[in-house]
Amino acid sequence: MTLDELPRGDRAVVTSLDIRGGARRRLMDLGLLPGSAVHAEMTSPLGDPTAYEIRGALVVLRREQARAVHVEPEGR
Amino acid sequence: MATPLPTPGVGRAPTESTDTGGACASCALAPEATRLARLGLDPGRYSHVVALAGNPNTGKSTVFNALTGLRQHVGNWAGKTVARAEGGFSYGGVGYRIVDLPGTYSLLSASADEDVARDVLLFGRPDVTVVVVDATRLERNLPLVLQVRQITGRVVVALNLVDEARRHGITIDVRHLARELGVPVVATAARRGEGLPDLLAAIEQVATTDDPPAPLRLVHHDPELERAVATLADQVAARFPSLPNTRWVALRLLEGDPGIEAAVRDGSLGDQAAPTVEAAG
Repeated sequence: MTLDELPRGDRAVVTSLDIRGGARRRLMDLGLLPGSAVHAEMTSPLGDPTAYEIRGALVVLRREQARAVHVEPEGR
Repeated sequence: MATPLPTPGVGRAPTESTDTGGACASCALAPEATRLARLGLDPGRYSHVVALAGNPNTGKSTVFNALTGLRQHVGNWAGKTVARAEGGFSYGGVGYRIVDLPGTYSLLSASADEDVARDVLLFGRPDVTVVVVDATRLERNLPLVLQVRQITGRVVVALNLVDEARRHGITIDVRHLARELGVPVVATAARRGEGLPDLLAAIEQVATTDDPPAPLRLVHHDPELERAVATLADQVAARFPSLPNTRWVALRLLEGDPGIEAAVRDGSLGDQAAPTVEAAG
């Protein structure tokens, strides 16, 4: 699944980034690398953008950006 | 005996500063760092250039102020250090010019702040780059340290906000971190002056060494990529023989980094020009 589909409050681990160039670089700089743990923290009223907790920091992504991030949800 | 305060703008630092201890009794650095004279905006004649890099909100400007005695605005918002602030200090009788870079997560993305930071490190070739990292968010801060380490080995890591980390129950194995990174790591709480004497000693050591660690070499496990990097790095080395970080440049060229491309094309990559701009003030 992709990060935009991760329900609020759930955790996941990044598996790959389906994006190239500067936009990929930007996501990696923000800590989104394969293996990174992500936690969907807050969603704005319209569901876009969403705030994620990544490596101890809150990162806000648009749905379009989150869609490029493939994740493996953590079973609970 | 009179104990004059180090006055901003005086330029030359007192070489014998043993008798200035009293003058500095109220400051956070006394008495261990009486070898420090803060020179404010005017570094006077300086021997070494120190760049301060780090993620936003790591306390970079607090470190800058503690070293220079300046009151650069310390605040918590994006783009506070718009371009770069410069100041000076003298340590052990030697003058240092210090450049506070904008806070960045990376040296690779296309934003004006990151370009400023990268250009100072790459073209300014500071004698020491102090990377200020947030001890409470170390994992998030380390990518920038690795990026700086790929450009230069003349690095000191200031593990800042250790007081906050302690409150959160976080302990960091400083010696292990230093071994992994191959450069000195100093625990600091710049707000309270903690660790600054050690930081100054580490800066002096890196500034004066003739044998700095080599820039960090990332090994690529894709043989084709590795071949491309090696081939291109050889060509960069042939064109710019004084450049210490040819593999890093080769990687940027392969990524299509427009800033690096331009610097290779117009030859400014090889410039041994004086670091950064004219002295402030």
